[in-house]
Amino acid sequence: MGSLLFNVLALSTLIAAAGVVVNKNAVNASMCLLLSLVGVSGLFVALESYLLAFLLLLVYAGAIAALFLFIVMLLDTKGDARPTLHRLPLVARVLAVGLVGLGLVSFAVRGQLASSDLAKVPAVGASLKLYAYQLFTTYLLPVQILGFLLLIAMLGVIVLSKRFEGLEDIK
Amino acid sequence: MVEFYLQLNPVVQGVLKGLAVILVIFPIGGACSMAERKVSAWIQGRPGPNRAIVPWVAWIPLVGTFLQRLGLFHVMADGGKMLFKEDALPGHVNKFYFVLAPIVAMIPALTTVTAVPFGAYLDSAGMVVPLVLANVDIGLLAVFAVSSLGVYSLILAGWASNSKYPFLGGVRASAQLISYELSMTLSVIPVFLWVNAPGMEPTMGLGRVVEFQSQPGFWGGAWFLFIMPVSAFIFLTSLFAETNRQPFDMPESEADLVGGFHTEYGAFKWGLFFVAEYAHMLIGSGVFTLLFLGGWNPLPWIPLATFVGWLSSILPIAGHPIFVGVLSITIFLTKVLAMIFFFMWVRWTLPRFRYDQVMEIGWKKLLPLAIANLLAYAVGIALLQS
Repeated sequence: MGSLLFNVLALSTLIAAAGVVVNKNAVNASMCLLLSLVGVSGLFVALESYLLAFLLLLVYAGAIAALFLFIVMLLDTKGDARPTLHRLPLVARVLAVGLVGLGLVSFAVRGQLASSDLAKVPAVGASLKLYAYQLFTTYLLPVQILGFLLLIAMLGVIVLSKRFEGLEDIK
Repeated sequence: MVEFYLQLNPVVQGVLKGLAVILVIFPIGGACSMAERKVSAWIQGRPGPNRAIVPWVAWIPLVGTFLQRLGLFHVMADGGKMLFKEDALPGHVNKFYFVLAPIVAMIPALTTVTAVPFGAYLDSAGMVVPLVLANVDIGLLAVFAVSSLGVYSLILAGWASNSKYPFLGGVRASAQLISYELSMTLSVIPVFLWVNAPGMEPTMGLGRVVEFQSQPGFWGGAWFLFIMPVSAFIFLTSLFAETNRQPFDMPESEADLVGGFHTEYGAFKWGLFFVAEYAHMLIGSGVFTLLFLGGWNPLPWIPLATFVGWLSSILPIAGHPIFVGVLSITIFLTKVLAMIFFFMWVRWTLPRFRYDQVMEIGWKKLLPLAIANLLAYAVGIALLQS
């Protein structure tokens, strides 16, 4: 039953993800994104890593996708002014096809895990303690760097979006 | 009967348990709408609803008049109206999302209850075992995660209505709910830092929090309301904002937005929003009770086990597991209903904030306070437990 649930969830996640790309209406696309995120968190539940599942729901489905929807509604995009594809430069096209091909090849070559031993190791997100321990020991540096990157991105957004005319905003 | 229940398929058992809980939440939601009108009437010095009556009951001499004055039959009248009224679908709306929004409102409201323990019983060894639908170790995180999905119903309702006031309500709702979620999450971390002492199996479960508030001794038996008053205050304020209750009911805001996100809704679909709001309040009050008001312990410094011990010295039957279970659920529900009364009391006492004030309170006051509170408790707990 577990594997059936997993397959159904995986399929619906993929369909919803495709819906994000295909939909012309931005609100529909955001709702598909939400469905796909919920599907992924369902996949985590099926894999018994509840912590990751609920973190995904809390952060991405609960806040970030809601912000997307918020922005989409504020801008009120109709989705009709979409740039046509044939204007893409040749380099970009070759690059895109190359990247997708590389991804597919690497998935075919390295995507298979030896199912005997690895499947028995509990996922890092399986229990709170294991997860927190890994986060503060093995993955401390990546976490710090990511935090720093996010800080830089936030500063960039403030600089880009705020108009400093007459310097009245920064007293 | 117990044997018959235990031999059922676990899935069927789960469905039955879930249905039982939902069957309790729905009527309480309806009763709350009645209580809201009665409480508002008391606070404003009016008699409140006191007319509706079923003919046969009206013929009973004294009791009939008493029930009529109490206004109990207005619940039935309201419910009947909501069910049988024509469910109009305005022509200018996005039909799919318009119908979807009230359904989406109900799902998180009823799903979060799975991780909230609502009582306890004593097992054969005299240990207190919490009664909960799904005893997962991430408990509160699951509640927060699923209830954060509730914002979509408001956004979708506002957007799908395709008219100005609901749209403004939806935009306000999304900004407000996301803003106050931060302070809410930060305010409960001190509780879990305190509860997850070194050497214990870490958990975010709410059962453990109550267990911690029922220990012997002065500090052990104190409810977290006394140990962490600032956390409790921040959590309660954010709870008001998250459940869209006055003084934070910006998404609805009858004075300036007609009805906010549900302006275009009527009949049963509106009723679903209404029940979802009360279900959110119920769950929120339940979580607050578990975190800060000692859960199913009758009084501070008097845990359930001690209380049952006293009772069974008077009444021998009181030690029976079913009796303890019912007693603990009763204590818990009493506290939750008292919290809901508090919600109503605040609603009819405080005036509504302006929208910019809501944002300022959330980001400039509550969030810094929550972070300072978290830091203070983190340092304090580290010093205490080292």
